[in-house]
Amino acid sequence: MGLSGLEIYKQLPKTNCKECGMPTCLAFAMKLAAKQAELSACPYVSDAAKQALDAASAPPIRLVTVGVGDQKLEVGNETVMFRHDKTFYHAPGIFARVKDNQADAAAAAKTIADYKVERVGLQMAAAGVAVENASGDAATFAAAVQDVAQACDGALILLSKDPAAMAAALPAVADRKPLIYAADAENWQAMVELAKKHSCPLAVREAGSLSALASLAEQVTKAGVADIVLDPGARSAAANLAAFTQLRRLALRKNLRLVGYPLIGFPGEAAASAEEETAFAGQQVMKYGGFIVLDHFDPASIYALLTLRLNIYTDPQKPIQVKPEIYAFGEVDQNSPVLVTTNFSITYFSVAGEVEASGVPTYLIVSDAEGLSVLTAWAAGKFDAEKIAKTVKACGIADKVSHRYIVLPGYVSTLSGEVEEELPGWKALVGPREAVDISPYLRRTWPTIVGKR
Amino acid sequence: MPVTVEVPTEKWAGKVIEVKLGATKEEGGSRAGTVTVGGETTLPFLTFEGGIPNQPVVAAEVWDVEPADWSPVLLEAWGNAVKDPVVWAQQAAALGAKLIALKLRSTDPDGQNASPAEAAATVKRVLAAVDLPLLVYGPGQAEKDNDVLVAVAEASAGERLALGLCEQSNYRTIVAACLGNGHVAIGRAPIDVNMQKQLNILMSDMGLPLDRILMDPTTGGLGYGIEYTYSVMERLRFGALQGDRMTQLPLINTVGEEAWRQKEAKAAEGVPEAWGDLAKRGLSWEMLTATSMLEAGSDIVVLRHPNSIGIINGVIAKLMGR
Ligand code: B12
Ligand code: SF4
Repeated sequence: MGLSGLEIYKQLPKTNCKECGMPTCLAFAMKLAAKQAELSACPYVSDAAKQALDAASAPPIRLVTVGVGDQKLEVGNETVMFRHDKTFYHAPGIFARVKDNQADAAAAAKTIADYKVERVGLQMAAAGVAVENASGDAATFAAAVQDVAQACDGALILLSKDPAAMAAALPAVADRKPLIYAADAENWQAMVELAKKHSCPLAVREAGSLSALASLAEQVTKAGVADIVLDPGARSAAANLAAFTQLRRLALRKNLRLVGYPLIGFPGEAAASAEEETAFAGQQVMKYGGFIVLDHFDPASIYALLTLRLNIYTDPQKPIQVKPEIYAFGEVDQNSPVLVTTNFSITYFSVAGEVEASGVPTYLIVSDAEGLSVLTAWAAGKFDAEKIAKTVKACGIADKVSHRYIVLPGYVSTLSGEVEEELPGWKALVGPREAVDISPYLRRTWPTIVGKR
Repeated sequence: MPVTVEVPTEKWAGKVIEVKLGATKEEGGSRAGTVTVGGETTLPFLTFEGGIPNQPVVAAEVWDVEPADWSPVLLEAWGNAVKDPVVWAQQAAALGAKLIALKLRSTDPDGQNASPAEAAATVKRVLAAVDLPLLVYGPGQAEKDNDVLVAVAEASAGERLALGLCEQSNYRTIVAACLGNGHVAIGRAPIDVNMQKQLNILMSDMGLPLDRILMDPTTGGLGYGIEYTYSVMERLRFGALQGDRMTQLPLINTVGEEAWRQKEAKAAEGVPEAWGDLAKRGLSWEMLTATSMLEAGSDIVVLRHPNSIGIINGVIAKLMGR
């Protein structure tokens, strides 16, 4: 949505005074358009011009921050409808809901906050907890919010329609910058005051129509709240997809700033089971959710959901890669097995994880295959016998081990003959196809093969 | 002052081709009913701006031999059914599958190496036992695929089976068998829009009408390349709606095969506690792989877990607003 150099130039003083460090206003405008300069470098822009330029350069979907410090979640700033058009930038935060009248609210919050899982070398976790004022009572809500905040260091969402309950709960946690959910047609003035007073982001909920939602968002903005999250109130999976898609289109394609905010969804509210909730949450990961509040928190489904999120938010232009080199696991010595694989992150970590789990000290040679998986790289000519031989020779493994066995991934068994030709003196063994089977292979098969030498 | 927002809709010129699977008695087959997929004039589930005359459907994967390498979760869930393709297919039908995807794994030359005639007889037995349309897959080895699928095509002429897989290096024999016996062909290209189009051209150039071809874009499992398949499918469907004829075929994804191959769907021990319970995890893996493919335009998802069938049927119904 950036402005062109000429459009920016029209807003500048056109005096060519050079104080910005550029020879002319036009040159400065060009730099601005290329995002290589800041407007503040020109002391003479008028306030009106500043406003116009700021507005035009603001991202079509505002970046909204919930939480603080390491635990803060930033959502928004998206620029495309489809990941193949460029990439998706700010992955949605996954929250789990606890109720203020639930006996074990704090314990449940702690479970959610403590949940962490690693994948391809990256830490994945839920963003935090959404506390609901299910009791309808302000004091109960305030107490529960405080308990939860103590138990959980993640981001917080406070769910209540009642400004009095919100006012009771907010003071104790305002410094954690929770998301206030939600302002609606009835309570918005009071909620706006609370959001302003405590400088917290505010969700706006309006189920009537997109026009009604935009109108309410406009009132909230005019009243002085800038950090907004939208809930179009659609709950069924079909209606939610329609509403989220329409809002994203309005923001990106129609440049409608009134709805240029991240979206919040509650997939469990339309689901008949925990499984359906997972599926609908997955839909919101793919289709434009910014905050996803779950009613079930089961590691078995959260792990799958976080994996999907990681996949969808991977930059389609660059596969996640690891450095091609020799990796040693455990107390390796001259008898340790030598495995070879590619530098696609998923491939490397699948193999590395199994090698580690086997407990057998092992060398893993990672060949540069431009971040492609074993078969993809093989099919693309980036993991062939020549390449493997070159890597083996260059990495110096011959000085580290006294044997001459190299284990190939089972899927490229056809390469073994050629590898042996390219690497005189070496024997190419065919390992299992799937990484899961590496551990038994290293523990049982490998010793028998080497023993028979 | 209230704002008026016009709902942004997109109208497309193109339409996904409708492919009918199965044939009733009147049509020269023996199915109780047929299943039609395709026909969309809008992106997945965006019914507010276009039509989805045929909702996506679930096919249940059934093998003609007990699958030795399947996840223990699957084997336990199906119990003895996996010992007999007839029983297995009947149970899958009872669970709500709309199609049976029969894999003739017994014919694998590196395994039992059953003959094409035996395989064709198995297909007939399954056809006799369930009245749903069938997809039939060979063992996945080019030469044997050809022999087996030709025998099947001939023995079940007129049933309008879907036969696969046709790949760029091996499609002629299977396409010819479909042509001669009134079947539908499944073409698979490796996650690439242009290669998929090329394959469609090659297959249709042999005279097979486009309404008898399904596209399998190659499925990456969740956590194992799903994002590549997802984006290629979105681009294929985009092309279809924009009017690019060679991308207008319905999409089929072998979801179960990819999801249950992964460690996450197999390993109970030696995995982080954060992975959760194996049975639930495996199911989540398959369900989310399926949901992603549906969201990217899949018309047929081939599933493995008995419970996935009902769950994904429910998910599809809700995404269709039913
Ligand atoms: C995602 C994908 C892609 C992505 C690339 C992703 C990437 N960064 O690699 C894209 C879309 C770009 C792609 C492109 C192509 N692809 Co591709 N792709 C796939 C897909 C769906 C998944 C691959 C994957 O990520 N697997 C997950 C990783 C972890 O698997 P892995 O590396 O094999 O590792 C496992 C094992 O090998 C083992 N292992 C790994 N290392 C080691 C080491 C040892 C010692 C041992 C014992 C085990 C072991 O452990 C891992 C876990 O079990 C597969 C089909 C499928 N469903 O598997 C096709 C597939 C690999 N692709 C294929 C092809 C042909 C191609 C293309 C050549 C097509 C084309 N002409 O355009 C291109 C080549 C790329 C290029 N030109 O640049 C074919 C290969 C055919 C064959 N059998 O050789 C496949 C099999 C699809 C098919 N059925 O036709 N592809
Ligand atoms: S400082 Fe401002 S007015 Fe002076 S040259 Fe630069 S842009 Fe023009």
